[in-house]
Amino acid sequence: MELLGYIIEQTINGLQLGAVYALIALGYTMVYGVLRLINFAHGDIFMLGAFIAYFLITKFGMPIYLVFIITMLSTGLAGYLIEKIAYKPLRNAPKISLLITAVGVSLFLEYFLSLNALFTPNYIAFPRPFEIESYDFALFTVTNIQLLIFLITFVSLFLVYLLVYRTKYGKAMRAVSYDREVASLMGIGIDGIISFTFIVGASLAGLGGILYGIAYPQINVFMGIMPGIKSFIAAVLGGIGIVHGAVLGGFIIGLLEVFVSAFISSTFRDGLIFIILLLVLILKPSGIFGKRIEKV
Amino acid sequence: MRFFLESKKFLLVSVVVYILLKILFANNFISIYIQQITLFALIVTVASLGLNVIYGYTGQFSLGHAAFYGIGAYTSAYLTKIFGIEGVFSFLPVLLISGVVAGCIGYLIGIPILRLRDDFLAIATLGFGTLVRVILDNSDRFAEVLGGSRGFVGITKITNLELTFFSALFIVLITKNLIYSRYGLFLRSIRDDELASTSIGINTSRMKLMAFSYGCMLAGIGGGLYAHLYTFLHPSNFDILKSIDFLIIVIIGGMGSIRGTIYASIIWVGFIEGLRIVLPVELLDLRWVVIPILLIALMMWKPYGLMAKKIK
Repeated sequence: MELLGYIIEQTINGLQLGAVYALIALGYTMVYGVLRLINFAHGDIFMLGAFIAYFLITKFGMPIYLVFIITMLSTGLAGYLIEKIAYKPLRNAPKISLLITAVGVSLFLEYFLSLNALFTPNYIAFPRPFEIESYDFALFTVTNIQLLIFLITFVSLFLVYLLVYRTKYGKAMRAVSYDREVASLMGIGIDGIISFTFIVGASLAGLGGILYGIAYPQINVFMGIMPGIKSFIAAVLGGIGIVHGAVLGGFIIGLLEVFVSAFISSTFRDGLIFIILLLVLILKPSGIFGKRIEKV
Repeated sequence: MRFFLESKKFLLVSVVVYILLKILFANNFISIYIQQITLFALIVTVASLGLNVIYGYTGQFSLGHAAFYGIGAYTSAYLTKIFGIEGVFSFLPVLLISGVVAGCIGYLIGIPILRLRDDFLAIATLGFGTLVRVILDNSDRFAEVLGGSRGFVGITKITNLELTFFSALFIVLITKNLIYSRYGLFLRSIRDDELASTSIGINTSRMKLMAFSYGCMLAGIGGGLYAHLYTFLHPSNFDILKSIDFLIIVIIGGMGSIRGTIYASIIWVGFIEGLRIVLPVELLDLRWVVIPILLIALMMWKPYGLMAKKIK
């Protein structure tokens, strides 16, 4: 019985981590859909979200709901600016140039913010916005933080689903993702849709950043790298460009990571994720939900 | 023999450069530190040339080049340690083996991942790089001497001017001949249009695999030389930042330009290490703020590099 309780608790931990990955993976998958670009800077927007929330809480003592709103708005703005400044001039450039630019933006954000005058490269303790309470069940316990994360993630995933599949903007996004040229001939403003996608994706990453900060209360300017790559892998696993695929992939990666740490060894955690990536790319490059096999 | 005659001018220049370096190195005319940087620049040239064959000539975007550099470094350091090799001539086979090991691993990993196209290939090689990093971090579990995350210490210092210079020279000549052979033509045609290359009967997957393994082998040789120059290895020396270093060199030098890669490696290493001398410590952190901006600007201004021969 002990083991069962342990497994359930680890599952909850895995879902908690998976929820954060799912939020980041959504941004990756949406940006990849409309621009065919692996936005390496996305993980750093996640980091930016955690830092903005940190400053709003410690310096201004804002109530938590205001922290969520302002952080999401600011990371959305950051995503918009990055797209306008770095990616838009390269709209017609070779794909690799765009990818290298994305790597450049990512490095710039990390090292610019790690300057001693700004955030410094050190770890900072993320403040607790509220007291932790745990609820005991027969076999396992759940904290209010975990419940908050599940609730917020669920609601935002649902809203994104509605946005993409039930609104005019979502329809335009899917059209651009399907064929950019034809979509522009149909009178869709491509630039506007791309900006909109970046804003939505970046604010979701910012949201992920706050939740991550609350759940794992240590933040650092380089904290976005690994979650960024893992979320991208989650997006690939679920089928890149597919909204529900990204969510499922995020949860799978989160669960696997926690289970490998719990039952095998935490040092091989990161290695395992890449073995999964290689297997997915080899066996089914279009991902779990992908129907069209990528022509390679 | 013919190809040595064909690059007469290049050989002549190399001899002059070698004599010049020899004079500077003798009697410690320049400080040990600068000598080390000079050798390091040559080593970086070898490894970057490998990436240029993969990316610049064949168009296969790899973000995991430093992993192969690390594999070569660890292999070579391990072999010299267990066999107690100290002489330059007995070191040569070890250097070759470390190159071959890196090349073979490149071959094996290339079979599945080279089927992928540009950005997926990038993420797969990035993943492989991280995997190698994880393995190196835990390497003390397989063999205590590798040091794991504490780093590999106490490697014999074997790399000297002659060894580095002549290995680099030899590799440049071989690579030049590869590029101007029939196979080099195939590689360039794959870069320009893979589909068209297939349709004229080039076995593109075999060619890509060959170029990738060759490039990884060069990275491995570079790594072997590096291990015995600095006598200390740490897994963090072979992470993504290092791969980006090589990438920047290839881009600055120009995709598909051997001469460009040589100049760019020397200028780049000189620039990075020079800033360490010129700048005070507080401003040193600014390097990695300026470099990405440089990279982005270069991508907007000249996406194929400063010395690329042909602009598509």
